[in-house]
Order: sequence, then structure tokens, then C-alpha cells
Amino acid sequence: MKTRRNKENSARDDEQTPTNAGGTAFNSEVRLNVNSKATRQGTDEAASAPQLITPQRKSMVWDFKARGEPFLWLFGGGLCVGIAMIIGFVVLIVYNGILTFYPRPIQVVLLRDGSRLAGEVARAEDFRPGPEVMAKLSEETRKEIAVHEGFARRTLYRIGNFDLYNEDFRWVVDYEISGSTTPEDMFFIERMEWGPFIGTIKSLDLNGKVIEKSSLSMETLDAEQTRGAGRRERIRGIERGEIAAVNHYLEEERLKLKKVGLQFGQKSPQYAEAEKEFKTNSERLELQYRDLAKEVAAIKEKDAQYTIALADVSGREKTLKLSDIVRFYPANKLTFSGKIGVYLSRWWEFLTQEPREANTEGGVMPAIFGTFCMTILMALLVAPFGVIAALYLREYAKQGRLVSLVRICVNNLAGVPSIVYGVFGLGFFAYILGGNIDRLFYPERLPTPTFGTGGLLWASLTLALLTVPVVIVATEEALAAVPQSMREGSLACGASKWQTIKYIVLPRAMPGIMTGLILAMARGAGEVAPLMLVGVVKLAPELPIDHFFPYIHLDRSFMHLGFHIFDVGFQSRNSEAAKPMVYVTTLLLISLVFAMNAASIMIRNRLKRKFFTGHF
Amino acid sequence: MTETPDTTNGTVYHFEKGPQGTLMAIEDFNLWYGHKQALFDVNMTVERGFVTALIGPSGCGKSTLLRSINRMNDLIDGLTTKGKILLDATDIYDPDVDVIGLRKAMGMVFQKPNPFPMSIADNVSYPLRVDGIRDKKILRETVVNALQASALWDEVEDRLEDNALGLSGGQQQRLCIARAIAGDPDVLLMDEPCSALDPVATAKIEDLIDELRGRYTIVIVTHNMQQAARVSDNTAFMYLGRLIEYGETSRIFTNPKVEKTMEYVTGRFG
Repeated sequence: MKTRRNKENSARDDEQTPTNAGGTAFNSEVRLNVNSKATRQGTDEAASAPQLITPQRKSMVWDFKARGEPFLWLFGGGLCVGIAMIIGFVVLIVYNGILTFYPRPIQVVLLRDGSRLAGEVARAEDFRPGPEVMAKLSEETRKEIAVHEGFARRTLYRIGNFDLYNEDFRWVVDYEISGSTTPEDMFFIERMEWGPFIGTIKSLDLNGKVIEKSSLSMETLDAEQTRGAGRRERIRGIERGEIAAVNHYLEEERLKLKKVGLQFGQKSPQYAEAEKEFKTNSERLELQYRDLAKEVAAIKEKDAQYTIALADVSGREKTLKLSDIVRFYPANKLTFSGKIGVYLSRWWEFLTQEPREANTEGGVMPAIFGTFCMTILMALLVAPFGVIAALYLREYAKQGRLVSLVRICVNNLAGVPSIVYGVFGLGFFAYILGGNIDRLFYPERLPTPTFGTGGLLWASLTLALLTVPVVIVATEEALAAVPQSMREGSLACGASKWQTIKYIVLPRAMPGIMTGLILAMARGAGEVAPLMLVGVVKLAPELPIDHFFPYIHLDRSFMHLGFHIFDVGFQSRNSEAAKPMVYVTTLLLISLVFAMNAASIMIRNRLKRKFFTGHF
Repeated sequence: MTETPDTTNGTVYHFEKGPQGTLMAIEDFNLWYGHKQALFDVNMTVERGFVTALIGPSGCGKSTLLRSINRMNDLIDGLTTKGKILLDATDIYDPDVDVIGLRKAMGMVFQKPNPFPMSIADNVSYPLRVDGIRDKKILRETVVNALQASALWDEVEDRLEDNALGLSGGQQQRLCIARAIAGDPDVLLMDEPCSALDPVATAKIEDLIDELRGRYTIVIVTHNMQQAARVSDNTAFMYLGRLIEYGETSRIFTNPKVEKTMEYVTGRFG
């Protein structure tokens, strides 16, 4: 009996610890009594007092430590907390971002002191009025507050009309209100300047022909506003397009002359010739400029004849040019489809227009464009750098202490604060590299720097430097994951090392390299701190790509969504008005990063399907 | 294991001379992985057109010897060799020898099928493409010939552009053989080509080796003694880095001259 059991146990020991089964078989008899996974010392201790009880299968005894349930809960809980944080963040951004542009009704509030105000409800909250405030209140109100344990409720109204009131938002405490209505003739009017106007329309003055409120239809208003917007666009088109082009060519002529002067000296015959040419060309351009300026003046004069008379809720009048109105709608009379129309047109403006009013209104198109350009350029720069470095480290370098050291250094580079990269980028790229480029290639433009200051190229290079460790590490791992048998197979076919890398190793490692690139792009697109030093500006006058030679201007400063968020949220005059814009811009930045990542993931998955099918 | 191996090494030879003469001669070949010696004074010849099998217990150095023939061992850090391997009177370990050129003259089939992640046709034409051959007609011709020679043509004829990773294990190994012979090598080196395959696929590969006999000189490492007995003309038995006996296959398996060989082929150790 004893031997049989012994055998049984040693067999089970074999299964559990195959490596030292032979060594433990002899004392398996005593181990029967030990429920937990006994250590060697534990068995020796038990051996001193041997006692035989009914054998119990060890594996069937419930063991808290061995089961691992607590760890399951720990790991699962950790994951849940992480996911909850991410979901919470995304929901907050999406909820606030998506609702921002939806038109809200305008409430006209009658206050106890007889005054009125009109505005959109921004938000409401409870607060505790101070004792000096309480002292001034009526008995009734004080009782009311006492019932709510000393709290009163107040509402924040967006009242607009900054030019009349000097504030955009106003808190109103509930006990100040005697009544509120939502009259249908209240309009929400977005203007080119001074933010929105909230009030009624009195009359329309179309070049002397006055239409009073009573005979004014929405169709006429819409048509006249559209015409006004057309005039505004025309003026802007001439000023920003044609006149800007003339100025650009004029500047080019000036630079050409200066270049000749620098090259041959101001007294040389070449300079005289160039000067003659400059004179004829600049005269021609000046003429063009004068014509355009005259045209603009004519349109502006005509434009000033078309005005609209508005009145705020307390009757203060304000006259606007029709062309100053960006969008208007009767907030309390809108149907659902009308609201959706306003909502979509606001999104469209946001995505395709340039910012107005110190970035708090209008669109963010230049910022989207800048972010996109910079991220793509960064990816184009970082991919070859990172992949080449990783190829050398993994495929060519002799694996040893030096390579390990290099690897550790590369990993540590990922931990350097990004602002340090910004300082380096400004000092090395912009001032040293850029300064020398200016001196060599653009001497005629000095002292105005061309490449000698922050710009798209330097920002991309700085970010490439910042993200190169990510790419190197990911690429190295991807290369290491390529089976050695593939390399051997290729070498045995008579391929050289480089051919093996090119035809076999790199394609096979491509999905992993793409993963690294995706991570790098995500990190780069969200980075703001270093960019503030190397080329991002609050408002860029020109896009980095336009129709002037050489079309792609890597030296230009640009706008960036991340910096836009910072600027709008913390640098604008009215943080309350900026808050929704911060949410929308954040939503947009996240969407942009998500879209770029989704595109790369799609490419990666396509590659993966190619390389990882089949049996092995 | 003696520190200084004696020069004769005690190898017993009774191999069959090939009708086409000798292709390769391994002379006093020693090999070290770092400080550990893996091969001791190996002396043997490989007869042209014959199938030569290398057998022996695990770790006896047979794979090392095979990989020394096309210098695949060069990839290992800290490897040193002494002695010569002569291919048509050229020492392949001569510093003037171009390793890449050498490998082009030899095809190799590995233990685990290792098709490249590309189409079947591209796999087979790989040795030509790394040679810089871009002519579609030549490539196509080579692919067809190699696939026919490796008895895979009928199975993949209509899906040459499919990914090679979609083939079964046995088909993948025959594809690797096709790839190995596509470059028209002098020698075909096979490192346990059937160890990852099922019996049916193994039988097909063995038939294929039989068909290739005479056209190519084949050196095959195998753990499977029946396989060695079935496919090879000469068999070399290795033990602890030494060549113990090299002789005619039929005699090695029925009446070997060395006691150790007898013990191994009858399954008393190994």
C-alpha cells in the first residue's frame, strides 16, 4: 500500500516539477499533510513528526495563494481604473465639444430693480452669499436662503454686446429675478468684431432705402446678409490675395536688387542695370497696387451704405454694416432643422476659416493645417533616422557592452523633458544651423532671419529628435522578432546581408516599425512645450504651403492646435467665452491624432495580413 | 575527450567512390565555438552525384559540419576553424573566397520550413533575383523547372502568386527545396529536412531526394536512421565531434566495422 501511494505521488510530482522530480519523490509521503505548496524546509520539518492520515489529493484542497484570484481582481481592477479614466476623459471632451456649437434659446430676464437682460444660459451653480450681501436682502429672501442651508442659486448668462456692456457674461442670482420670457424677435448675431450681439433688429438701410421692422422678412435679411458677406469676402480677397501678391513681388524685386548689390558692390555696372530693372518693375507693381487699392476703397464705400440698426433688450441702439455680420438667427424661433443648420454652419466655419478676435472666434483651419504638416514632416524625418539607427544597432553592430550602453542612452533620451528639446532646437537648429543657412543663402534678407528663427522645419526636426528613441526601440524589437531562420534562409540562397535586410527582414519588421511610428506621431502631435520655442505662433499670417514659389515654405512659423488650446484657454481676455473653444479644439486635436493613427494602423494591418498568415 | 586530438583520429573508411568523382574534400577540419571545440580533425570526402548522410546522436557536430560547408557558421560570434574544406580544389575558408558566391553554389534546406513571406513564385526565384536577374522569362522558366523538380508543380500550378505561408508544412519544405535548387547549385545541403513533418510529407521528401540523386550532390543530416538507410549512398557516423566511421550505407547499417557505430545504429544509445 505504502509503495503504491509513493509511486502515485512521485508520478504527480513528476508532472508538477519535472526538473527535480527524482529528488523529491522520496519524501512525498509526508508532503501529503501539507496543504500549501511546501518548500523543501517545510517538508523536512514535517518529516520529524511523521503521521499517517487519510491521503488527500493536494490539488483538490483550496489554496488561496495558488489560485491567483486576488491577483485576477488586482489586475482586472487596475485595467478597469485605467479604462474608466480614459473613457471619462474622452466623454468629457466629446460631450462639451459636441454641444458647444448648438444654438441655445435667448432668455430675457426681468430683474427686481426693473432692468432687463437678455442672454443664453451658460451654466448655473449654488453659492453661499456673504454676510454683508445677506444684510441687504429682504426678510423673505433671507428665509428662502435659510431653507436651503445658506445656499442661493445663481445663473451665468452670456449677454454678448461687449461694445455696449464691457462684459460678455453676467451672473444673476435667482432672488434678483422677477420673471423671464423668451420673446421670438430676439436675434443672436455673430459679428466680425466685439463678439455676438443679442437683441432685436430695428431696421435695414439699403443704400438709403430703409426697411422698417414691420415689413422686414427673413428672406430679405438672409439675402442682404449674404450679399454683405460677399462684399466682405471680395475685400478680403483683394487685400489678402492680390495686394499680398503684389507686395510679395515688390519685396522680391527689392531683394533681387539688394542681392546684386551685395554680390557686385553698389557702384558696379551690374548694380546700375539691376537698379534700372528694379525701377521699371516696381513702378509697374506700384501701379497695380494703386489700382487694387482704389477698387477696395470703392467697394468699402459702397459697403458702408448697407447697414442694419439693432437694439439691445433695454433699447440701446447700435448700427452695424451688413457685411460685419457673420451669422444671425432668431434664437427662440428656430425649428430643429434650423438649429442643425446653424450647428453645422458653425462647425464648417470652425474647420475651414481663419481665427478672428484673438483666436476666440472663427475657425482653426491654419492650426489644423499646421499641426498636420508638422506631424507628417516629423514622421518623414524620424522614420529614416530611427530605422537606420535601429538597423545598425540590431543587424550590424557587434552585440556587446558598448551597444548595450548606446541602447540604454537611447532609452533614457525618451525621458528628457520636452522643453529641453525645445531649447536645444532653438539654440542648435534655429540659431546655429539656421543662422548659417541665412548667412550663406539668404544674405540679402538679413537682418530679418529666414531660417534663423523658429519655423516648420526646425519644429519638425526638434520633434523628430524628441520621438526618435520611440522609433528606435520599436524598430529594434520588430527586427529582433524576425525569425533567425528567415535570415539564414535568405543568406543560404546567396543573398548579401543588405539584400537579406532589404527583401526579408525589413518587410517582415514593417508592421512593428509602423507601430513605433504611430506612437511617435501620437506623441509628436500632442507635444506643445518645445514648439513654443521653435516656431509655433499665436497667429500665423501665412500658411506653410501656398502658391508662391517654392510653394512649401519650411522656414515659416505656423499655428498648432495644442498651442491654440493653451492660447485660447489661458491667454485670451475672456476665459469664460474661451472655455467652449478649448473643448472643441481639444476634441479636434484628439480627432486629428486619432485619424492619423487610424490611417497608419490600417496600413500596418494590411502589412500584417501579408506576413503573418499560414501555419507557422 | 583529449585536449590534443591525434591526427589520424581513428576514423574507419569504407565508402563507395562515386562514378563522377569526388566533389568535396574535408581535410583536418577543426571548429571551435569560443573555447569549446565542436569538431575534431574531420577528414572525409563527398562524392559527386551521391547522397551522403550524416548521422549521430544529438550534439555530435553533424549540423555544425553541414553548416561549415556553406559557411553559415560565420554568423556566429567567436567562431574559429582550422583545416580545409576543398570544393573542386578551392579551399572555401581561403580569405579570398567570396562567401556570398560560395553560398550561391550551394543550396540549403533547413530543419523547419522557412519560406519567405512572399508569393510562391517569388520564393522560388529569390536566389535569381538577388543575383540581379530581372528577365521575366528566365525567372518564370526557373520557377517552373524548380517546382517540377521538387514535385510541387502539380499542387501549386494555379496559385503561384499566392502567399507561400498559406502552404502546408510538407509543401513549404518542398518549396524550400525548390528554392534551394533554383539557383542551380552544385551541392544541396539538408539539415534534418523532415524533422518537422508528418510521415506522409516525409515520404514525399524522401522520394524527392531519390529523384534528385545523380543530378545534385546531396549532403543530408538526419536523426532518422531508417531515412538515412533509405535515401543515402554513403553514411558518415559522428560522435562527440569526431568522425567515427564513413562508409557505404548498406554496410554501416548492417555490418559496421566500429563497435560504437553498431551500438548507435542498433539503438543502444543516442
